[in-house]
This record gives sequence, structure tokens and C-alpha cells, in this order.
Amino acid sequence: MATTAKIQIDGSGPIPALQGFLRGLLENETLGGIMVPVHLFGKGLPMPTLVTDPEQLSGADPLAPAFPMNSAKLLSRLTRGQSGERIAAVMRPCEIRAFVELVKLNQGSMDDIILVGMDCMGAFDNVAYKQFLGDDEPFEKTMEFYKMSANGGVDIAPACKACEYPAPANADIVIGVAGADLSDHIPVMATSPRGESLLNGLGLPETSAAGRDEALEAMVAKRTATRDEMFERTRAATGTLSDLSEYLSACVNCYNCRVACPVCYCKECVFNTDVFEHKPWQYMGWAKRKGSLKMPTDTVFYHLTRMAHMSMACVGCGQCSNACPNDIPVMELFRTVAARTQESFDYVPGRSLDEAPPLSVFKEDEFQETVSHMV
Amino acid sequence: MSQEFEPTILAFVCNWCTYTAADLAGTSRMVQQPNLRLVRMMCTGMVDPKYIVKSLLSGADGVLVSGCHPGDCHYINGNYKARRRVKLLNEILPQFGIEKERVKLTWVGASEGNEFAATVNNFINEIRELGPMEARSMAVV
Repeated sequence: MATTAKIQIDGSGPIPALQGFLRGLLENETLGGIMVPVHLFGKGLPMPTLVTDPEQLSGADPLAPAFPMNSAKLLSRLTRGQSGERIAAVMRPCEIRAFVELVKLNQGSMDDIILVGMDCMGAFDNVAYKQFLGDDEPFEKTMEFYKMSANGGVDIAPACKACEYPAPANADIVIGVAGADLSDHIPVMATSPRGESLLNGLGLPETSAAGRDEALEAMVAKRTATRDEMFERTRAATGTLSDLSEYLSACVNCYNCRVACPVCYCKECVFNTDVFEHKPWQYMGWAKRKGSLKMPTDTVFYHLTRMAHMSMACVGCGQCSNACPNDIPVMELFRTVAARTQESFDYVPGRSLDEAPPLSVFKEDEFQETVSHMV
Repeated sequence: MSQEFEPTILAFVCNWCTYTAADLAGTSRMVQQPNLRLVRMMCTGMVDPKYIVKSLLSGADGVLVSGCHPGDCHYINGNYKARRRVKLLNEILPQFGIEKERVKLTWVGASEGNEFAATVNNFINEIRELGPMEARSMAVV
């Protein structure tokens, strides 16, 4: 039976209580540091921060409804190669799923990492978070967000509204915020042997996560319905190549969506190579063939290629949309495509470390219908 | 319109099997329609999906990928990997109205010159029937 312990909340509220819990983790001699979102710059965005001094956790805000970037890429940097010390990382479920994909692609390692997953109520995109914050104190706004989301009335990012994975899988320790009474205590579960030994070392009182499953179930049902509506809407808007071009018409080939994507991991992307440094006479030739040529070129090509390269690993975190300077709903497009490609290979990204990425393996006897045979 | 339409087909063929079969079909003077452009690859396993996407967006009406029969790959398993990639494109491209019939995967061994000629002729006929690729009439790709 896995341990479920209790993070007691006293008069100062859940954020200091969580900070205390993290401080307890960090004081454990087996951990060298914790990566957690920290308010570093006043009313700026809380950024993932590698904290080694327990005193400096006073700005930590793991509950903040901000999601400036998917920290899976950062954790990949921290775990590729040896640091000699074990660290913990406080992450959203989609960040953990993206990290699992990166580990399978040899871009990181689970060996020296304790994943602390949070139940995720969703987050704002970067612009909306700044608006939400206004001139107020960030910690107070975080608590206001939780009150509002308990009543169901928060306008979180589209990716979060359509996310059917609010509970973290593959974490070592789970902070069960969903359904918790934030005026009393937050349940924290050990979900792996090493999480278990770490949590037991803290000596927290035992409890049960009453109401968590029901709260998660309700969230999943609502979000799945939103997701299916989103699929339908996106399919209707992109059914032909002309429709797709119109959908992507504001794209300026900045490739921000690729930079923000946690699972797009190539060190050198083909779209940044001299393959695409065309000569002036080539542009003239292409333009003359059809009478006109949209500049920049290769926009639809870029997006279709990305779908082929990463849709199998897409965790739907929505950072592509967050990074788009022209508000193209790229997350909607990628998730809609990914839903079909992932289903066709019976693959769920981030589900298990033991499932190989489909394009890295094959079976001899499969997909016969893909091959045309002469009669 | 479809009477006048002559499809352009791009074929990515592997050096060891289908390219040799194409050579055999040619030297044996088998009749093949002239709509095909061959690209000789070392293996179908190195045909990245983006080559196929780029072809379709840049004027090809159909793309043929053809390599060694299962078990015959010069690099042991490149053709199995090609099969997964074509399967992937079969799932992606139809979502944007690009018929999956436009991407064809076949296995044609080095000695099968007649198979190659027949595959090519059939595919050209199928695409002629299907009509031109939407990207042909678009200034934007």
C-alpha cells in the first residue's frame, strides 16, 4: 500500500505549506536540488528554477497558473550526463509526459531524478497570465485562481481546457491538489519505491486522498468533451490543402512553435539548414511557374513535416500556441492530427517508459494494407 | 480537364532492388508511360516523410516509394521502417484532403523488371483517374 501523507495547512495558506514540504525534501541529504517554478522578478512570470538552498524556496509557487514553458526540455538538460547529485523536479502532468518521451529518445535520464507531479488545474497562456496578475501580489492571485477554478469559472489556455490528463502519471511523488480542501491539508502520495522512501523520511502524518478521484473524474469528463469539440472544429477548418493554407496564413516561418515544443529535440532542424537557403533565380522560377509565389515559402511544408516528425510524441501541452506571435491555433491543429496518428499506432506519449516510440521500431508482420501488391 | 491531365509522378526507389528492376525494365525495352521521375536512394528506409510531402506540394501528383521485398533489404530492415513512415503519412495527409492513393509503397525485387513496368503504368493510370494534386493550382504551399 502506497503511502498517502498530509501536508498540513496552517493559517498562512497552502503556498507556504507547500514551500515547507519542498524545503523538507531539499533538506533530505539524498537530494542536491529542486527544480520548481519560482517568482524571481516581482510581478514577472514564475520560471522553473533550480534551487539548492532551502532558504531560497520562499518565492516558490508550484500552484501558480502560469506555464511559461514546458520544463521537460530543461530537465533534459539537467539529466543528460552526470551532475553527481540527485535532484527533484516539480512538474505538471504534461511536462512529465514530455520528459518521458525525451527519455525514450535518449535526451534525458530518469536515473537521478525524483519527479514530483502536481494535479493540474490548467494555466493561462503567457499574455493572459500577465493580464490576470495585473498589479496584484502573485501569491494572492495564485490563491484567487484556485478559488475561481473550484467554481469552474476560469478562462485557462485552450490546451488546458482540452487536456484529459490532469493527474500526473509516471511521477515518484504526487501532490494531490484535485479535490483537496485547501484550507485544511493537501494529500501527497508516493507512487514509486524511491518516492516512497523519500516521503517516509519526512515523517508526515498519514491521511487519505478523499474526493480526489471524483474531482479528477469530473475534470476528465469535461475536458474530454471540450477536446472532442476542438477536434471537430479543427477538422472542419482544415479539410483541404487550401483550408489548411488559410488556417496557417498568418504564419511567418518564425519556427517558435518548434522551439517551444518539448518533444521537437533535433539539435539541428532541417528547416534551419542551407537546404532552405534558396537562390534568387529559384524563387523567380517557382513564381513564374504559377504566376505568383507566397513569401516566405514552405510554410505548409514546414507544418506538415512537423506533424510527421513529432505528432507521435505530441503531449498536447499547448506551448506551440503559447509561443505563436500571430495567435495561430497550432495546438489545436497538432493535437487533432496527433490524435489520429497516435491512435493508428496505438501509442500514448508519456504513458510508459517501456513503449518504444513507434517510428523507432517495427514488426515484420504489420500494416500489410499499406503496401500495394501486384495482382 | 481530366482528358488533358497528364500526371507527374515522383518515385523514390532503392538502389539495390527497385532501381535495378527499373534498369532491367528499360534495357528489356518494356513499354512504360513517360510520366515518372526516378530518384535513386540507397534504401527506402532513408525516405524521410518530408521528401514525400515536399514532392506533393511542389508539383508531383503522386509519389511512389519502392524497395526490396521484406527480408531482402540490403540494410536488413530499412523497408520495414519505410512501411511505418508511409503508414504515418496515410494517417496525416488525408486529413487535409490529400488522397492516400497518391502515396504508394511497393516492393519490387531486382529481377522483377516486368513487375516494375506494370506497377508504374498502373500507378500513372490511377493518378490520371484521380486528377491533379490540389497544390498544383495554388500559389501558396
